[in-house]
Amino acid sequence: MQSLKDVKIVEFAAFAAGPVVGKHLADHGATVVHIESKVRPDGFRTHYPPYKDNIHGLNRSGLFALCNNDKLGITLNLKKAPKATELAKKIVAWSDVVIENFSPGTMARLGLDYENLKKVKPDLIMLSSSNLGQSGPHAHHAGFGSQLSSLAGFTNLTGYPSGPPQILYGPYIDYIAVAYGAVAILAALDYRKRTGKGNHIDTAQYETGLQFLAPILLDYKINGRVAARNANRDPYAAPHGAYPCKGDDSWCVISVSSAPEWEALCHVMGNPPWSADKKFSSHESRKANEDELDRAIGEWTCSLTARDVMEKLQRAGVKAGVVNRMCDIYDDPQLKQRPQWVELDHPEIGKMHYQRPPFLLTRTPPGPAKRDPLLGEHNEYFYLELLGLPEKEYEGLVKEGVID
Amino acid sequence: MVANEGLLASFRVLDLTDELGFLCGKILGDLGADVIKIERPGGDPVRRLGPFFKNEPDPEKSLYWFGFNNNKRGITLNLESSRGRMIFSRLIAGADFVIESFLPGYLEQHHLGYAAVSRINPRVVLTSITPFGQSGPYCKFKASDIEIMAMSGCMSLTGDPDRPPLRVTFPQSYSWTGSYAAMGALIAHHYRQETGQGQHVDVSAQASMLWAFSHAHTFWDLNRHLENRAGSFMTGRSITGARMRVFWPCKDGYLNFIIYGGEAGRRTNQALVEWMDTKGMAPEFLKKKNWSAFNIADVTQEEIDRMEEPIARFFQGITKKEFFEEVIKREMLGYPVASVKEIFEDPQHAARDFWQEIDHPELGCSITYPGGFAKFTEGACRIWRRAPLIGEHNEEVYVQELGISSAEFTRLKNQGVI
Repeated sequence: MQSLKDVKIVEFAAFAAGPVVGKHLADHGATVVHIESKVRPDGFRTHYPPYKDNIHGLNRSGLFALCNNDKLGITLNLKKAPKATELAKKIVAWSDVVIENFSPGTMARLGLDYENLKKVKPDLIMLSSSNLGQSGPHAHHAGFGSQLSSLAGFTNLTGYPSGPPQILYGPYIDYIAVAYGAVAILAALDYRKRTGKGNHIDTAQYETGLQFLAPILLDYKINGRVAARNANRDPYAAPHGAYPCKGDDSWCVISVSSAPEWEALCHVMGNPPWSADKKFSSHESRKANEDELDRAIGEWTCSLTARDVMEKLQRAGVKAGVVNRMCDIYDDPQLKQRPQWVELDHPEIGKMHYQRPPFLLTRTPPGPAKRDPLLGEHNEYFYLELLGLPEKEYEGLVKEGVID
Repeated sequence: MVANEGLLASFRVLDLTDELGFLCGKILGDLGADVIKIERPGGDPVRRLGPFFKNEPDPEKSLYWFGFNNNKRGITLNLESSRGRMIFSRLIAGADFVIESFLPGYLEQHHLGYAAVSRINPRVVLTSITPFGQSGPYCKFKASDIEIMAMSGCMSLTGDPDRPPLRVTFPQSYSWTGSYAAMGALIAHHYRQETGQGQHVDVSAQASMLWAFSHAHTFWDLNRHLENRAGSFMTGRSITGARMRVFWPCKDGYLNFIIYGGEAGRRTNQALVEWMDTKGMAPEFLKKKNWSAFNIADVTQEEIDRMEEPIARFFQGITKKEFFEEVIKREMLGYPVASVKEIFEDPQHAARDFWQEIDHPELGCSITYPGGFAKFTEGACRIWRRAPLIGEHNEEVYVQELGISSAEFTRLKNQGVI
């Protein structure tokens, strides 16, 4: 039995911030229903490459697939009020948890805000995940994680001191909010079990992101220091950076934060004369001569493969690693052993690497077990068998374009 | 201290982690759990990490410690002594969660691995947080933030194409790992509450960073196209391979603005051109552009370059604050590249009561902290208590709660067990 087998979740959600919360719970056995409509499919199906073979198609998106394995895909056109609203409420009454990440105010306009939904499901748990939160002067400002990562300070900390900020790939901060959103739901489920009380949870992706920066926020408030980007440098380690290796655009990383580590690094490098120079004898002197240090280490690494550097140094007790590229991570020996990826067949994509959670429960191992749903794939199964609509009513709703 | 009304107030957590796992215990503490941070006698070495309160290096003044270990009580205990292990066993008997981040094998070596823990208390959820997981070829490898960022693939996507891959200057991987570890621990908790059976949760930092770069790897999976670092530009949005500028110099820093497609993108592009036009800076071709027919997924580099040139000129004349106000007012996508200073100035946080003033009596002041990570209608999520001093709760936990006699307590202190 999987951990969350007894939990039923419905998603009025699209893109990453809502659906990936559901994905993590689905990986552990929750029944998760992803609601879309033909007039408004999930934006990841319509606007975000990659599509298999670069051919656009609603069921060809790698990103949608990654975020929605093991879910039931149904359609419901919420614009068809009041029938669609009634049906949505019926679905909520069936569920334990609602996940929504519309712009704040949207669920209320649809008549599906927490107050309304509580009437049909008094102990409902609902997660509302938004950019800036459900309240406050900026609440209604919709946005994407790739830009919110800048407002929340992350990109300002990325790049060279004299250059522009650099991007963090994709909607970085959304996936921070995902972890917090899932944690919040799990805590609320536990609380409900003990007290019978539901919960409406308001996560601002912005506020979840700032949790990761607490020390430098404190540093500004207390010491007036404004944290700045400083490439790969670190105040507590030298060397500390990425170094070129043999092969095309191949890199390793090395970090040394103690005297024994420095001695071990020198030993592995064969104790070259430069390494005995006073300029590099202490952490402080290495920091003071870091450009020169980096060049010298780069001259040693560039004749070796990144894996070689990593293995030699790790054996000697020095922290080092390879810079894995996107073409490497499916075959990384460690991730492969875990195994981090599950290859599943998809009717339009073919074989696809679905992602397991970064935590493995040893007694109740997680999925993925099933590929992501095609648009509306589970309409009949969900509406007739799980929700128990009479066949006639279902057919009527399909004909009227409510289930569409 | 405030009376605790958190959702998890009835559960106890033993936290044996170093910086890799700090956030896991803090998150459970934010939700009200009674988290006991167990440090080695003399204090956790991470207390030597800065920044420091008033720049005074001191194990009781580390802001790194303050930021990630609030909502925990603190005791000291030497797990490498047999007496220490016996006391730890007694603590396990009354715990719901144990979180640790030793290298795989360390706890087993001291007879405190999952098998031993579950013999004492089968209900316990033991969450083990390590750079690479409990087994596999790299499981004993040492790693700090930069190795985790590299091995996950994250660094390959950040930096200029002709320079080395980059990490984020302030360590990120520890927080990603801690937060996903909390998710894992609570999923196991759900199962334990159903069945009475605890389990071992194996968290990998390398794997925890995989979500940080979203779907970049699926380009390889589906089409054997390699996404790579592209500096200040965004790639992967158009099937032609066009890249869009993300960071634009403005009067006093940088702005994050991206030419997007989709409904929101079209609305944004339209609103920007209207704004530019109010200052006479919108060229005719942009004003005449049919945005409803604009499709980002097949836009060419040439078209993007032509659009970006007048936009770049326009942005050079405005400030970050002006940009922020206008994007809110005009409902455009985009934000300024904020520093920690500007984050404190954002009125949204004040309106949501996000900041929390926490008393530090021994420092003679209070400190402003980022508050709870979510708002709940039932149960609070917040900072309940500042981070512990070294051994601050030794007497409270060992004598008052565990029932160790005062004489024994003194003896344990003298023997270096506590």
